[in-house]
Amino acid sequence: MDANFWLIQTFNGVSYGALLFLLASGLTLIFGVMRIVNLSHGAYFLLGGYVALTVIGATGSWLLALPVAALTIAVIGLVMERVFLRPLGFDPLRQVLLTVGFAFLFQQAALDIWGGDNLIIQPPPSLSFSVVVGGLHLPMYRIFMIALAAAIGLALWFAMERTRMGAMVRATVDDAEMARGVGIDTSRVSMFIFALGAFLAALGGVIGGAFLGVYPGLDFEVLPIAFAVVIIGGMGSLAGAAVGSMLVGLADNFGKALFPELAYFSLYAPMVLILALKPTGLMGRE
Amino acid sequence: MKIWVLLGILAVVAALAPFSGPFVILLLAQVLVLGIVAMSVDLLLGYTGLPSLGQAAYLGVGAYLAAILATKFGFGLGWDFWIVVPLGILMGAATAAFFGLFAIRASGVYFLMITLALGMCVWGLAYRWNSLTGGDNGLNMPGRPKFGIELANDLAFFYVVLGFFVASFFALQLLVDSPFGKSLVGIRERELRMRILGYNTWLHKYIAYIIAGAFGGLAGVLWAHLNGIVSPSDLILTTSVDVLLMVVLGGPGTLVGGLIGATIVVFLREYLATMVQWWQYVLGAVYVLTILYLPGGIMALFKGGRR
Repeated sequence: MDANFWLIQTFNGVSYGALLFLLASGLTLIFGVMRIVNLSHGAYFLLGGYVALTVIGATGSWLLALPVAALTIAVIGLVMERVFLRPLGFDPLRQVLLTVGFAFLFQQAALDIWGGDNLIIQPPPSLSFSVVVGGLHLPMYRIFMIALAAAIGLALWFAMERTRMGAMVRATVDDAEMARGVGIDTSRVSMFIFALGAFLAALGGVIGGAFLGVYPGLDFEVLPIAFAVVIIGGMGSLAGAAVGSMLVGLADNFGKALFPELAYFSLYAPMVLILALKPTGLMGRE
Repeated sequence: MKIWVLLGILAVVAALAPFSGPFVILLLAQVLVLGIVAMSVDLLLGYTGLPSLGQAAYLGVGAYLAAILATKFGFGLGWDFWIVVPLGILMGAATAAFFGLFAIRASGVYFLMITLALGMCVWGLAYRWNSLTGGDNGLNMPGRPKFGIELANDLAFFYVVLGFFVASFFALQLLVDSPFGKSLVGIRERELRMRILGYNTWLHKYIAYIIAGAFGGLAGVLWAHLNGIVSPSDLILTTSVDVLLMVVLGGPGTLVGGLIGATIVVFLREYLATMVQWWQYVLGAVYVLTILYLPGGIMALFKGGRR
């Protein structure tokens, strides 16, 4: 257990956290704006990876696969929100069961279209090498993941804090009724946020497809982890999603390396404690 | 009335069971075990208004208790099966008593999330604590108990499970008809008013949660012997969600609804899956259609139900 062990594990934890941020930032926005507990979110992640594989198979371009996959899933999310979730109203139990139903439908559709094999999304050669920093071999792809998540995080933060649309979203999070009162079309805001959330999850699925793989069942594996991030950070808070994904990413890596028998317990026990002691999460507002 | 219809149907099923194939008998036993779990969730959701997204945890602790005792100590394979059953109930209750300290503080969506997290804690331990739980491979039961009668015989075991189901049903029915059960319904409808009337609503919910955990533990012991293997896949999130659907589909606040829901979900997951590749479309559609068109569940179709 020398310094290199800690550095490498920290690096791996942070890069895994970067992937979790892509997955969880959308989930937390959807919850914050619409109060929807979306159990289809893992399915968006998985479908994103599958669509990317198809695009790569057809065109050979990984770079093209990113936006195409993310936009395709964003449209699916948008339709789901308009047709099914919006008329449902606010009842967390019914949202949970409805979105689980869709997750099962997506799972079966993915199985029918892409089969049951464990697939891998090969990153482009320009990202498939390692850089040596101070004697440590760091895969370029993981550095890219951290950079991408940081860029997206900054862009989201800028959009939320500095644009008119962002102000409308924040107003809807704080008090949807008031927001409607001052003339904000909260229905349109919800539609936009849900599509954005699906977009980010699918993007995460493409990025994660290189080292998690793309396979049936991945959707329900990442879903509870995304919820852990969202809860620890605070439902509805972007900054919380950033902090939460770093904490969960690090806890996951160090947990598996240091106390493998408690690896997942060390992820979900903090989630329980946060919910019991401060349900709004580390960064959430009352 | 409802009780006599249920007993009549169960009697007919019990009478017909010897004439059906071994696979169907196993499925019927699964329906009854999950029916016990579903009734325990109904106590929480239908009567107390607490939507638990982690009830698989109690099925899990009961099942692992039975499996660990049987594989590591050879305990519970003879007459001592009748000691393991109360131990499983105690184990479920004790786990719920501990978890409830955290969970009962939360309400609404936070209760969903904290029960999900607690369920994942138990799953995580089952999945990674190799030395105790066998990790991903799970634990293979050495065989069903025998004491005079051989429970290795699926039909005999089915009748034992049926006995436990009927006992659980009557116990829970007595509970929800009791003054305690009535106050649970009061809490579901209007917690604040109950508190003003002087009820300790926290304690009521906590006790309901422990009782639900106890029934989950009982179901777990039966589940272990029914399947012959206990593995982390028994207590994944999907199991908890399935049980929740069983209750909503059958009709919350009816107890019997849980059995109806369990019948439908087990049939889809286990029976239809052996016949067609696309069974999960049907399961997904049942979820979606239930939420959109059957808010009171199937029991609401024959009046009764929850208002």
